[in-house]
Amino acid sequence: MTTINHISESPSTLKQEHSLILAIETSCDETSVAVVRDGKQVLSNMVSSQIDIHRRFGGVVPEIASRKHVDSITLMIEQAVEEAGIKLEELDAIAVTQGPGLVGALIVGVMAAKSLSLALQIPIIGTHHIAGHIYANRLISELHYPCIALVVSGGHTEIVYMESEGSFRLIGRTRDDAVGEAYDKVARAIGLPYPGGPHVDRLAMEAKKAVELPRSWLAPDSYDFSFSGLKSAVLNALNQSQMKGEPLDHGELARGFQESVIDVLVEKSMRAVKEYGAKQLLLCGGVAANKGLRAALTARSEADGVELVIPPFQYCTDNAAMIGAAAHLKWKQGAFDSLDFNVHPSFSLEKWMGQELEDKQ
Amino acid sequence: MNLLSAKHAVRSMSEQDTEQIAAFVAKRCVPGTVIALDGDLGAGKTRFSQALAKELGVTDVVNSPTFTIIKEYEGEKLPFYHMDVYRISMNEADDLGLDEYFFGDGVSVVEWSSIITPLLPDQYLHLFLQYEGETERVIRITAYGEPYAAWVNEWKRSGMA
Repeated sequence: MTTINHISESPSTLKQEHSLILAIETSCDETSVAVVRDGKQVLSNMVSSQIDIHRRFGGVVPEIASRKHVDSITLMIEQAVEEAGIKLEELDAIAVTQGPGLVGALIVGVMAAKSLSLALQIPIIGTHHIAGHIYANRLISELHYPCIALVVSGGHTEIVYMESEGSFRLIGRTRDDAVGEAYDKVARAIGLPYPGGPHVDRLAMEAKKAVELPRSWLAPDSYDFSFSGLKSAVLNALNQSQMKGEPLDHGELARGFQESVIDVLVEKSMRAVKEYGAKQLLLCGGVAANKGLRAALTARSEADGVELVIPPFQYCTDNAAMIGAAAHLKWKQGAFDSLDFNVHPSFSLEKWMGQELEDKQ
Repeated sequence: MNLLSAKHAVRSMSEQDTEQIAAFVAKRCVPGTVIALDGDLGAGKTRFSQALAKELGVTDVVNSPTFTIIKEYEGEKLPFYHMDVYRISMNEADDLGLDEYFFGDGVSVVEWSSIITPLLPDQYLHLFLQYEGETERVIRITAYGEPYAAWVNEWKRSGMA
């Protein structure tokens, strides 16, 4: 086992606010590297889709395979450092997404991070992907605790309660499809291209009427979600219109779907804000780009006098800057990982900061 | 080579019927069992997987693996590997090292399995879920090799569904 002894021996001296962290995120499709100061100032945030990888590498890059990460990771690191205008020697730590995510994809980022950590003799911080999405909000606003985070993306739909900095309690999650996934599946059913979320959002915003679809509230006190039934309702509506030969307006169907999703997301997060006495509501994850959701949450927050924070789009989708922001929490504690740590494809958010909570739903 | 050994079709009138089929399968699962699922969007592939996981003693929430492709669960009886290859191609799936799951210690369930048929082991149980109405499904069961053919024959003899 290899441990960076010169660091773990003197953790007390490291409890400080200032950090310059290089962060790596490769949990899924995007290869991203960022340089972040003090967990809130982004010096650079490179995402693989920003540069012409196809041209540079002379071929089509597969959407998911870890090979894409292998191909682009070193280039992304170089570009992130160059863009930040720093020297590698100035870095205090390397942060990397440890999980959750695709095992092969995570390994590429973690191996690159370990190599840098070893070469530069600086600590490494394994970071939780969802903690990253939540702390993306700190890149634009100071966080005031307690707060509630609504995490909505292609792979996640969660409500997280944070009593204080770095304390995460999962109070609600999807029991079947993630909200972004439900959008993609509905888009596919009505013949829209992938990724379908933005198309459904646009159709829904343009439609004058809505097809009435069910809301899945589950138990009255539950913060969990279920979108599978709604997906089936959309498919049934399509099937029935086909069988009866009555055309169905796809815009009206999209609006019915979107209204159902948004009603449930808004209602459950606002209820959590009230029950937990939250000072802020943080919207996080790729679906935070959905115009209907932003508008509905903004209107409801204003009406209820709740402070709502929504990061700009580049910090909503997967990016490394958010990983740097979350890793700063561990930097302050001097809580580093040894070089033999493993990726964790189904990493629990509640366990990341070393807390164990029994109160699971 | 996939050896076609037995075929059967059952009509499921409700989610409860589907759960009963999952329970039948779960009772026979051993380390290395592979269940392949196909059927349209909303046909109930994830629903079947959830029911099977529950029977295997998985207490965690089993939600859709579409985004992360593979999710691993600890079950009281056996580990449960839940896969969904909808988003990936054959070549990409080939990089995932699926054999480690298929020949591992747990039960593998593969949603949208027909995308990666050549990567499946020689022996597996295939279920095709066909939409027949709001809650009604026809489930076409095909066994490739043993012990799956024996399961299907046992199912037929039982006269269930």
